[in-house]
Amino acid sequence: MNIIVLFMVSVMAVFVWWMVLQRVTAKTWLEQGVAIDPRAGADFQYSHRVASKVALWVFMVVITALFLLFVTAYHMRMHLGDWRPLALPGTLWVSSALLLLASIALQAARHGASNNRRSLLLTGFILGGVFALAFLAAQWWAWQQLSAAGFLVASNPANSFFYLLTGLHAVHLLGGLLVWSKTAGKIAGGAPVASVRLSVELCSVYWHYLFLLWLGLFALLLNT
Amino acid sequence: MEQVAIADQHDEHHEPTSFITRYIWSQDHKVIAVQYGLTAIAVGLIALVLSGMMRLQLAYPESFTFINPIAYYQFVTMHGMIMVIYLLTALLLGGFGNYLIPLMIGARDMVFPYLNMLSYWFYLVSVLVLVSSFFAPGGPTGAGWTLYPPQAILPGTAGFDWGILLMLISLAIFIVAFTMGGLNYVTTILQARTQGMTLMRMPLTVWGIFVATILGLLAFPALFVSALMMLLDHVVGTSFFMPALLSQGQLTDHEGGSPILFQHLFWFFGHPEVYIVALPAFGIVSDLISTHARKNIFGYRMMVWAILAIGVLSFIVWAHHMYVSGMHPWFGFFFAVTTLIIAVPTAIKVYNWVLTLWRGNIHLTVPMLFAIGFIFTFINGGLTGLWLGNVVVDVPLSDTYFVVGHFHMVMGLSPVLVIFGAIYHWYPKITGRMFNDTLGKLHFWLTFVGAYSIFLPMHYLGMLGIPRRYFANLTTDFIPESAQDMNIGITAAAIFVGLVQILFLINMVWSLRHGKPAGGNPWGATTLEWQTPQTPPAHGNWGPTLPVVHRWAYDYSVPGTAEDFTPQNVPVSPGHDTEDEEART
Ligand code: HEM
Ligand SMILES: [Cu+2]
Repeated sequence: MNIIVLFMVSVMAVFVWWMVLQRVTAKTWLEQGVAIDPRAGADFQYSHRVASKVALWVFMVVITALFLLFVTAYHMRMHLGDWRPLALPGTLWVSSALLLLASIALQAARHGASNNRRSLLLTGFILGGVFALAFLAAQWWAWQQLSAAGFLVASNPANSFFYLLTGLHAVHLLGGLLVWSKTAGKIAGGAPVASVRLSVELCSVYWHYLFLLWLGLFALLLNT
Repeated sequence: MEQVAIADQHDEHHEPTSFITRYIWSQDHKVIAVQYGLTAIAVGLIALVLSGMMRLQLAYPESFTFINPIAYYQFVTMHGMIMVIYLLTALLLGGFGNYLIPLMIGARDMVFPYLNMLSYWFYLVSVLVLVSSFFAPGGPTGAGWTLYPPQAILPGTAGFDWGILLMLISLAIFIVAFTMGGLNYVTTILQARTQGMTLMRMPLTVWGIFVATILGLLAFPALFVSALMMLLDHVVGTSFFMPALLSQGQLTDHEGGSPILFQHLFWFFGHPEVYIVALPAFGIVSDLISTHARKNIFGYRMMVWAILAIGVLSFIVWAHHMYVSGMHPWFGFFFAVTTLIIAVPTAIKVYNWVLTLWRGNIHLTVPMLFAIGFIFTFINGGLTGLWLGNVVVDVPLSDTYFVVGHFHMVMGLSPVLVIFGAIYHWYPKITGRMFNDTLGKLHFWLTFVGAYSIFLPMHYLGMLGIPRRYFANLTTDFIPESAQDMNIGITAAAIFVGLVQILFLINMVWSLRHGKPAGGNPWGATTLEWQTPQTPPAHGNWGPTLPVVHRWAYDYSVPGTAEDFTPQNVPVSPGHDTEDEEART
């Protein structure tokens, strides 16, 4: 439980620190008039773009909490005696490479979007999705290899965790692909670059995040 | 710049036209709030009926053939789970969160209205899945609301097959729904506050909901993890939680799993859950007290800090629910200490409420009665909580009716009183009409006195050693016969309290048509939701221009002003400018 407690407490600590920046010490009962707004001065304007980014970041913190809870459980379960480490199939290296490519492609698409380079945007974005799908296929292939070799989901906790963590990671990527397919449809259908810029940006951030998350999980699986 | 004021985003805030888009597939936060609220109250009534049946069984142990031990466990489980998750969490965050956040911070809606709508529909599905387990083969799960493995999924526990499956699936869906809603609440509070609404000018209601949502976003994943892993143990035959064991003479396929691991994960969610329910209630009650006592809240800043401190601390006390599961004495010591520490910010809040009332111009309106009832009850439950936080006291009292009495005071009755108070307080804004005052007062007094007759004696029964979750305590040596008389009294009170809620329902429905028109601001309140151009607020809340905030949320009875309240959006009068400058420098 140490891992997750540390995480939760640091999230809350960052939150409190940020609150302090937001002038939680202000004596607002003495201040009248349009106050000094730490967001953007007195003429603050709502921006849907910023809000979407904030929401995505909060969401990624939540996913991190979710996976760290699994890691905590993993850690506790590991030491219970009946754990037989799993020989990971080499396919996972291939899938890691694919996910890295997906991430790079989306970064290129983002670059294309911010410089109004439509062809770069289109190729990069489509490739990003295709590589992500290829990653999922490779993961699926790794599952097949393992179960063919007799490492079934219920035969050992190490196996159970392997399927669980990779599966859940895949589900999060699938969610991302859902958003991706919508935006890809728009781009392919010739929507103006400005109208998809935000979604492209959000997709790329999410892709990078899922890549890092996968690296973390892969490292855990490799070393235990 | 890509910055667009919400007011200019016509495509996102177009007015719904048909009945279906307006009331069913609505993306308006106010409609979604009401949908959440009504659904939660509906399941809450089921849970209330279940508690009535349990009480009947406890008072007359040999009289009801349709309540056998299996059914009793199912009632206990469904009652507990529905009350905590599907009623309180959903009503406070999905209901009040949705209604109040945009209105109180001066926004036109949540920032992602579509996601908000999805959140409600996922919630509804989770409720339907849960309720469907009553009709599943074997009935709903009887594992207790804590769902501890291994018994939850072993033959011998009611609903070990379908019931628990549906429960776990329903919880998972609920968590998805909550996450969608929660992302919205947090982002809206962070990003969509109107001009001048700094964080420290937000009403405490918004603060409570804000921090509770963050707790929920971080804590519900723990429930999700435990639910998912138990689901796999159950369906696929993994051994995350399931040890090797004999079940009804048969060796099961499981081996090596750890039930304690489940308990850790469950309570890592379970304790913050207490505050997910409590913090919004704390916030709401602060605003009710301040408004109806015509006095600014005492120690606003301290109240905010206390909410934050409670939020952080609530993640490091979970194992006080596991003292009897066995743990290293130093762990017990650690968790007892953190538990007592969290009492400090909580006590600060209580002092501040009382000091707000002190020499206030107290209007004993219906919302105020409920708010004061809450303070009483919360102090009660808080004190027994201090007892139970200590290992030596908890071990003998654990799993007795003392615990049942304690948690019903602190997280059953207390939040429910706040919810009633809040419904009465905002009813005029939501519907545009006043409720019937006499009926409301009657509802308060009967509920309050009735509920105390239920839960206070439970503490005594617990000290006698009567165990909780027992179907019947027929003739047991250490239990005096008079305990049974007390049980009958408690049951009478429980049935009474249950029936009294009909008064509330009648009042709400009747006043919808026949209540006096309320006007925009019947309580003379300062916060923004009372300053909308229309009541009930129209789609988009604010008409053509957003309100601008000039002061904090508690300018009640300010000396030198004509009225005893100054709304947050009232500009500074010229004479005050200098004071303003001083405060800034
Ligand atoms: C009139 C109102 C209520 C009555 C009469 C009532 C009665 C009961 C009874 C008789 C039990 C079973 C005790 C046992 O056999 O161990 C119980 C359990 C429980 N109640 Fe209530 N209750 C009421 C309201 C609430 C509310 C508002 C909540 C919200 C938090 C709540 C939460 C629980 C929980 C969590 C349990 C434990 C379930 C378990 O042991 O698994 N109750 N209640
Ligand atoms: Cu607790």
